Amino acid sequence: MADQLLEITGLNKHFGGIFATENVNLSVERGTIHAVIGPNGAGKTTLIAQLSGQLKPDSGNIEFDGRSIINDSVATRARMGIARSFQITSVVMPMTLLENVMLAVQGGSGHSFGFWSPVHRDRAMETSAMSSLAEVGLEDRARRTAANVSHGEQRQLEVAMALAMKPRMLLLDEPMAGMGKEEGAMMIDILKRLRGDMTILLIEHDMDAVFSLADQLSVMVNGHVIATDTVENIRANKEVQKAYLGDGHA
Amino acid sequence: MSWLPANLSGRSYALLLAILALAPFILEWANQPFYLDLLSRALILGIAAISLNLILGFGGMISLGHAAYIGIGAYCVGIPSYYDYYNGWLHLALALSVSAIFALITGAISLRTKGVYFIMITMAFSQMVFFTFLSMEEYGADDGLVIYSRSEFPEWLSMDSGVSLYYWVFAMLLLSLMFTHRLVHARFGRVIVGSRFNEQRMQALGFNTYRYRLTCYVISAMMCSVAGMLFGNFAGFISPDIMGWARSGELIFMVIIGGVATFFGPLVGTIVFVLLEEFLSAITVYWHLIFGVMLVALVLFGKGGIHGWLSSWDRKEADHG
Repeated sequence: MADQLLEITGLNKHFGGIFATENVNLSVERGTIHAVIGPNGAGKTTLIAQLSGQLKPDSGNIEFDGRSIINDSVATRARMGIARSFQITSVVMPMTLLENVMLAVQGGSGHSFGFWSPVHRDRAMETSAMSSLAEVGLEDRARRTAANVSHGEQRQLEVAMALAMKPRMLLLDEPMAGMGKEEGAMMIDILKRLRGDMTILLIEHDMDAVFSLADQLSVMVNGHVIATDTVENIRANKEVQKAYLGDGHA
Repeated sequence: MSWLPANLSGRSYALLLAILALAPFILEWANQPFYLDLLSRALILGIAAISLNLILGFGGMISLGHAAYIGIGAYCVGIPSYYDYYNGWLHLALALSVSAIFALITGAISLRTKGVYFIMITMAFSQMVFFTFLSMEEYGADDGLVIYSRSEFPEWLSMDSGVSLYYWVFAMLLLSLMFTHRLVHARFGRVIVGSRFNEQRMQALGFNTYRYRLTCYVISAMMCSVAGMLFGNFAGFISPDIMGWARSGELIFMVIIGGVATFFGPLVGTIVFVLLEEFLSAITVYWHLIFGVMLVALVLFGKGGIHGWLSSWDRKEADHG
């Protein structure tokens, strides 16, 4: 068995009579990108919500680095090194990009019960935040207010914030949602550069992105994982084609 | 839009502080000792408004029970004095610790709720304090409690005269302004402000927002209790009226009039509030009516309160000059 950083076993979550997650087993190997694809309503975002701690599963287990995190809060899991981006952009809009990323640096570095020293004079924190902004190509936007940059740049900011926490794992919920072709290509580049260093669980609709990035691929339909395999094998899988990719891809 | 108060040139506020620092001399020269009283009262309430603004403005926690901490601070002077304990350090330490404990307990419960529920529950807790003091016959109940002598401090810190009390108030005011400013710009403040705009994101960044908010709530309460301690000394007579929910509402008005989430706004708002109250009530007994109309107008048309007007005026001036 390879070195698994994240191990999900028998995860169940239902809302009323509808199973959003049904007996999901999934594991992510350290240092790889594992993508989850599936049609709308397949339960991908619900899965992320359970991994990050926003939603409590009905049953099943989630192990991170060999330890069950099922009872830990969102904040605790984040401090353990699970960083996430949101499908619907979620940043602190009135703050500048730099201030947003500095918050993430702060979050990833111990407690914040500092009552006296001004953050804007903390050079070490600023340097660290700037390097995360540079990683996603936003360094020249640092002083702009988050509300005043483009949608694509806000998406990049999400990733920069996740990176600034110095996480051990990234949960990316459709980082390319609503992006144009060019912006999407830029995001793919960003993620490609992380490949090998970072363990990533990637949820994405964009097939080009998924096929060029993922080491492993899971296909979710109606709360089930119907297949997990390498990209090549998934593409060849008849069942997957029928359920999701459509005949055009065959 | 920014989370930080609009940039003022700072001149207006430096001028305000200078006037406040010299006020006793100016008023003595003008032979208007009454106004020193009024100003002392305004600055005491100003400290309370600044403390409320910390949670309401910067933290987005709208409390309708903050006057309870004025009451707690005041009774921490009144009750020991009733037993002939006049030591000022004792009064101050009591005010700070009782308010901290009360805020910790009630805050821990209140902060489990949000929005309107938070408003209601903070009001409920403050009414609990109100009725507790209302029922304490020993300490005067609704007849109130007379404080015969001011808190005793070493000679050079004495607050026995009107002017020395005023400087006590002024010094505490400067301290709370400075402390708020440092706090908001420090790591802690960033978390508090971030949580006001996007709590979900802050949690995902690893912040236990509940714990930070609770800490902020306790700090704000302690700051407010200092206003209460000063109020007890200033008034020489305290009754549960000082912590009714109407007073908590007035504190909110003061913050809104001056400018929510600004550093000087609550102070300016309080001074304007107290002056208006004074002059309008001299003109007519129906002054609440006029005052109400003014407040409605301010909320409808005035963005960012007086601070907002000043800064847009400042900007225009800068554009022309």
